[in-house]
Amino acid sequence: MERLAASYRLDYDVRARDYVSGGEVSSALRAILKQLSLPPDLVRRCCVACYEAEMNIIIHSFGGHMSIEIFPDRLEMIAQDSGPGIEDLQKAMQEGYSTASEEAREMGFGAGMGLPNIKANTDYFDIQTGKEGTTLTMKVLFLKKEGE
Amino acid sequence: MSIKVSDLLKHNFTLIAGEGGLNKDVDDVYICDLLSWVMAKAKQKSAWITIQSHVNIVAVALMADLSCIIIAEGVEAEKETIDHANEEGLPVLNYAGSSYEAAIELYHLLTT
Repeated sequence: MERLAASYRLDYDVRARDYVSGGEVSSALRAILKQLSLPPDLVRRCCVACYEAEMNIIIHSFGGHMSIEIFPDRLEMIAQDSGPGIEDLQKAMQEGYSTASEEAREMGFGAGMGLPNIKANTDYFDIQTGKEGTTLTMKVLFLKKEGE
Repeated sequence: MSIKVSDLLKHNFTLIAGEGGLNKDVDDVYICDLLSWVMAKAKQKSAWITIQSHVNIVAVALMADLSCIIIAEGVEAEKETIDHANEEGLPVLNYAGSSYEAAIELYHLLTT
């Protein structure tokens, strides 16, 4: 297994409604994680959580930012947007509940699985939301250290 | 039995992008048009059958570690989808029949 000498950091602005660029952040993350020879299921968990957070900013917010840090033993991601916030967080955490626009639904988004998917794929997940914006903090632990 | 994406080309599936990934294994099949549902439920190394054709399906398949995308019902993929799949080496195949018919063909390939 390739050793991670230092931590990697990714910083991306994510624009509202920019569906065509959707996946740019998670693709960059995936490229780094693949170089690190992490187990494929771990890479998938990290990438799915990242992609859902990224698409949430595109679909639901006025725009935002993602900061990702990859340490030897864990991934930390912060997805922050500038509003309008989640009106009913309890419902948003339920599978199948969505407030996505018709445009997003036609593309196959808005299944109401975004936040539940993030929760399911991360080891730590926190969400703070208000009219001024929503901040997701996510961590995935790289528990299996192969070849050590 | 495990098959390769390239094995699909001997049947009614036509490659339209992502030739670089033809050697990927296909172990399973998943059918759905809701993207988050696919990322939640499709197993790794699945062939994903959908009628979605926009560029975001490439990222969904990559993030979920799927082997290929099969666009059913003869729906044409958008140019951005083809370009992105070529860049990433993710095979995208076209299938003229329904998702159900595509699944039957894959079932025979995976079980014989």
